[in-house]
Amino acid sequence: MAGSDDVILLDFWVSAFGLRVRIALAEKGIHYEYREENLQNKSPLLLEMNPVHKKIPVLIHQGKPVCESNIIVQYIDEAWHDKSPSLLPSDPYLRAQARFWADFVDKKVYEAAKKIWMTEGEEDRQVAKKELIEVLKVLEGQLGEKPYMVGESFGLADIAMIPFSVWFHTLNEIGKMNIERECPKLAAWVNRCMERESVSKTLPHPHKFYEFVLEMQKKKGH
Amino acid sequence: MGKDDVKLMTMWASPFCMRVKVALAEKEIAYEEIQENDLLTCKSDLLLKSNPVHKQVPVLFHDDKPICESTNIITYLDEAFPAKPLFPECAYGRSRARFWADYIDCKVHPAGRAIWSTKEKDEVEAAKNNFLEIMKYLAGTLGDKDYFNGDKFGFVDILLIGLTTWFPAYEKYGDFKLEDHYPKLAAWITRSWARETVSESLTSPEKITNLVIMLRKMHGLE
Repeated sequence: MAGSDDVILLDFWVSAFGLRVRIALAEKGIHYEYREENLQNKSPLLLEMNPVHKKIPVLIHQGKPVCESNIIVQYIDEAWHDKSPSLLPSDPYLRAQARFWADFVDKKVYEAAKKIWMTEGEEDRQVAKKELIEVLKVLEGQLGEKPYMVGESFGLADIAMIPFSVWFHTLNEIGKMNIERECPKLAAWVNRCMERESVSKTLPHPHKFYEFVLEMQKKKGH
Repeated sequence: MGKDDVKLMTMWASPFCMRVKVALAEKEIAYEEIQENDLLTCKSDLLLKSNPVHKQVPVLFHDDKPICESTNIITYLDEAFPAKPLFPECAYGRSRARFWADYIDCKVHPAGRAIWSTKEKDEVEAAKNNFLEIMKYLAGTLGDKDYFNGDKFGFVDILLIGLTTWFPAYEKYGDFKLEDHYPKLAAWITRSWARETVSESLTSPEKITNLVIMLRKMHGLE
């Protein structure tokens, strides 16, 4: 059984991957020390705890590092299995579904969304927009009439996706699109997740993310 | 467990299918193999129906319910069939296993492909160095242990071993021998192949190398 002390999170305030971990910790009511990393000047601790990827988030529990956000969320669920709620279903088949969709967010949503502001040229941007909407519609298909991605309870797959809702305003502005109109079921799911305190108190305001992206683009000379 | 109906959709050259076969053999789970013969031009209706998102093998069917993505399938098998566990017992050990699973999945196969899929000498050299860098990390985590899992062949070993059927092809076109650089890792390959569950589940490296020669000819590289 794990204690709530000696939990440190190395993170970056606007990282969707870090936000997943913060939401999971909040769901379980785990107290932890948050340490903001300067990604242009990574701390010796980060480099020591994640020498392979040198990336945030890293959860350090009793001195031992856990890396990769979806893996950290599963670790939190297992190490604090005595604290509710569970972040994964108990049925093995539903657990496999949860992992599949969390992995889908990483492989498809993140890549498609990034392209919207990293692409230059109107033609490429149109292609990127189409790709993103297609990917989000697949998620809507999975959601169906269910309240959450895999069944009746908020869990790993929802936690994997919900931080990307912070990106929607930015994607709408830069991509000149309207994600909520094109994907109303997904928009309703976002609102449902935002009713949870672990989500609403953790996610930064979408306008703050937009400012951050504009700042990044300015620095790169866009 | 009672009578379970387990089927696995495979393609002979896929290291991701091979790893699931090893896992099924290690756990002594009986199954029926359904072979996809032609993934390049014509995927079967069953494959497209059971994995509409990624349209890839392997797909496991357990009592007709499909589970996709090889790492996810093996995790599912370990949970649905608890005898002969493949994962470490403690939450931290499991998080490390998942970390290396993710590393192997993201890095090894693409790095290997980069070696044989080009004719340019400097590209081959760069690809070879990148591949060896990845092997360095794997050798580092293996250390002096018999297996990645410790003294028992387990999850991480199973994920990596199928990929090693492609290693002789990488060595041929990259002009290197893994055992010259990381002898302990090469010894782990030999040790793992000595297991019946491995040697009976994996396609012979000669067959794989012949496939690579054919693919190179197809792309005008031979």
